[in-house]
Amino acid sequence: MAITNYDRPLDLEYVRPQPTAERDLARIWEREPGLWGWLSTVDHKEYGKRYIATAFLFLLVGGVEALVMRLQLAGPDKRMLTPEQYDQLFSMHGLTMIFFYAQPVLTGFSAFLLPLILGARDLAFPRLNAFSYWNYLLSGLFIYAGFAMGYGANDGWFNYVPYALKQYNPGPNMDFYALGMILFGVSSTAAAANFVVTFLRARAPGMSINRIPVLAWGTTTASFGILFSVPAVSLAFFMLWTDRQFDTHFFNWAGRGQPLLWQHLFWIFAHPWVYIVVLPAMGIVSDALPIFCRRPLVGYTVVVLGTVATMVMGFGVWLHHMFATGIPYLALSFFSAASFVITVPSAVAVFAWIATIWTGRPVLSTAFLFFAGFVVTFVIGGVSGVMTAAAPSDRQLTDTYFVVAHIHYVLIGINVLAVMGGLYTWLPKMTGRLLDERIGRWNFWTVFIGFNLAFLPMHWTGLAGMPRRIYTYPEGLGWSAVNLITTIGAFILAVGVLLLLINIAVSRKRGFPAGSNPWGGATLEWSIPSPPPPYDFEVVPVVASRHPLWEEELAEAGGESSVKRGLRLDNGKEMLATTALDAEPDAIVKAPEDSIAPFVAALAATMFCAGALVLSWIVSAIGFGLLVMSLLVWLWPRRELGQIAEARGG
Amino acid sequence: MADAAIRRPKLPVGSIGHKSFGWWGMMAIIMSEGSLFAYLLFSYYYFAVQYGGDWIPEMPKFELAGPNTAILLLSSLFVWWGERSAARGHGAKQALGLVIGLWLGIIFLVIQSYEWRDKPFTYSSTSYGSSYFVTTGFHMAHVAVGAAMLAAVFFWSLLGYFDKERRAPISIAAIYWHFVDLVWLMIFFTFYVTPYLGVG
Repeated sequence: MAITNYDRPLDLEYVRPQPTAERDLARIWEREPGLWGWLSTVDHKEYGKRYIATAFLFLLVGGVEALVMRLQLAGPDKRMLTPEQYDQLFSMHGLTMIFFYAQPVLTGFSAFLLPLILGARDLAFPRLNAFSYWNYLLSGLFIYAGFAMGYGANDGWFNYVPYALKQYNPGPNMDFYALGMILFGVSSTAAAANFVVTFLRARAPGMSINRIPVLAWGTTTASFGILFSVPAVSLAFFMLWTDRQFDTHFFNWAGRGQPLLWQHLFWIFAHPWVYIVVLPAMGIVSDALPIFCRRPLVGYTVVVLGTVATMVMGFGVWLHHMFATGIPYLALSFFSAASFVITVPSAVAVFAWIATIWTGRPVLSTAFLFFAGFVVTFVIGGVSGVMTAAAPSDRQLTDTYFVVAHIHYVLIGINVLAVMGGLYTWLPKMTGRLLDERIGRWNFWTVFIGFNLAFLPMHWTGLAGMPRRIYTYPEGLGWSAVNLITTIGAFILAVGVLLLLINIAVSRKRGFPAGSNPWGGATLEWSIPSPPPPYDFEVVPVVASRHPLWEEELAEAGGESSVKRGLRLDNGKEMLATTALDAEPDAIVKAPEDSIAPFVAALAATMFCAGALVLSWIVSAIGFGLLVMSLLVWLWPRRELGQIAEARGG
Repeated sequence: MADAAIRRPKLPVGSIGHKSFGWWGMMAIIMSEGSLFAYLLFSYYYFAVQYGGDWIPEMPKFELAGPNTAILLLSSLFVWWGERSAARGHGAKQALGLVIGLWLGIIFLVIQSYEWRDKPFTYSSTSYGSSYFVTTGFHMAHVAVGAAMLAAVFFWSLLGYFDKERRAPISIAAIYWHFVDLVWLMIFFTFYVTPYLGVG
């Protein structure tokens, strides 16, 4: 039987007690050794871990930037930093945390976990996954290359014109930011398309639309958000770059441009982005919290509907970032009302988590503590969000530290705490070793206390009238004590983050072996060894309920799921394509082999942008040619993938 | 039972038309690219509404743009015919449809460059010029990408890579081409028709 036969009869096989030499799955799926294998692998688990590690590196860099700023603000009239240095620090801190930590870390969780919780052997596009990782890394290095040369972004992460235009900002600072963000947009769009197709088309047979874990829903909903919103910011940055370099007049009043157009395009993107960086984190909590409460999530259906509704409404509230710009009252009222309404689906999830804890039998593990802390900070961040959604109070609060406190409650509370809890839950799956629970307690309490000590008083700082983004402040305004408290809290928070890293480092050698299911989890990733073998699932599991591993305890399924018997699919790298709603088997798909092309394509795209940065069209042209060539190598139809016609009956 | 979820005795193997991941991936990319053009047109209308009456420097002319629109639509028709011939296993008609579609796309780009030359304003005159040249420029870049895809699947057709089942790349290139044409209709309506309807 030729491997590219058009049809194949299906036989169910059992998981084998011993690996067999014949058609050994490990040999089919494992990557080549050495540097070449490291660069050319397309394994989703590898890139999931790289995404998370890279995102944490950016978190550390952004964190150090924050600590330097906090030292400057610890007391009045400090002059450690010049205004220009301070501008670059708060801009780089914001864009690093929001673009290069918050979303990529969740992409890392999704890249690692999505195939495992869906019962697939890889993402739909393994090479695209490699490309989006390399492109993410290079776009971050691109922007940081500017910072290292003294040309960091200096206009805040939302980069308002006219200050970002050339006549006010003549250095290349903004060009690094603009072109780097366009590169980053390509990366996040590629990852999003990958997740959407995997979610729709690569689930285990039987995992119908009502049996999909909430983490997959969160990832997919956020990915749709990325597909629709990222073009707005890529376009805005492109227009900014042409305004700066080619005298177009999109944002420049003198040429009949509109400075406010920047704010519209930016917030049409950036408000959905807020949900993009929290929905997968909420999915982490919705899937992991029930494990530690020893019961299924309360209200699965409304939580899923709430997730989708939040994202959809998230596209209709961007103007609440612009309440102070003099827009018409009708628009103020409409967007203020929409901003109130959007709290409803988020509140649904909060009540579902509380009910899950309330009616469950909580196991007070470190992960549970992080998730419980997450719920508390989510409520605080939500309430301060309601206060800024009201247009009259927003007039008072806008551009003060109150907004800074709010965004940190949302981003640290709903992202960082969920990510840390997620690491305590799933890092054992990634490395095969449990994290230490004793260091874990210290880790949680230092993070939680440090965070609240830093940011709860900051609400008061804002109400007392301290504007954000000032590099220092005079004595006697009543801001000194509260700023010192915030600085102390920030350093305690930093110690907490270090404890997590120490815990991870220690666990690599001394951690207790995790086994396949250390927490007694319900979903498919807990049915395979930790760390998973290169092929993830020896046989493709068949799913008959929402909790395939809890069916005996719950007695909820009509049938029973099967993780020990299924299709082995060992005729080369193979996975199953299933239908979008019912997850019925639809085709046997050939997964692509390792390739260096995605890495080269990412390098070429970066070279293209670097040429544009220095206006050297030769460099750009070489980058472009390299990009086209690597895409041809990447996409050329291959017989072993069943992309080329065969003589019938072969 | 576990077997219940696997009802079919046989499954197709490999890359099959709309079952292939690639086709779904292209739909996702089209959603994103469609949003890009929506934001470009949003910017146009934002300017038009803010500045009103005298924002448009010259009422648009149809001498080149009208026939060019017809050429692009015709190219979609040929690509559709080529794809349908592929589904029926007519290799020659399939290659012919793709290559005619490709050439019509290239002719569109050439005529569009004349249209650019004839404009009395540049991208740096006012925001109207910036909006016109950047929007149509983005569209031309998309036509060029689509033409490159058509060239690739035409070349692969000549190599005999495709038959009735194995033709997913043709479907993927074709749906992208139709999308690019649809975007042109939106751009044409916005830049050429709405000024006569009193917008801007």
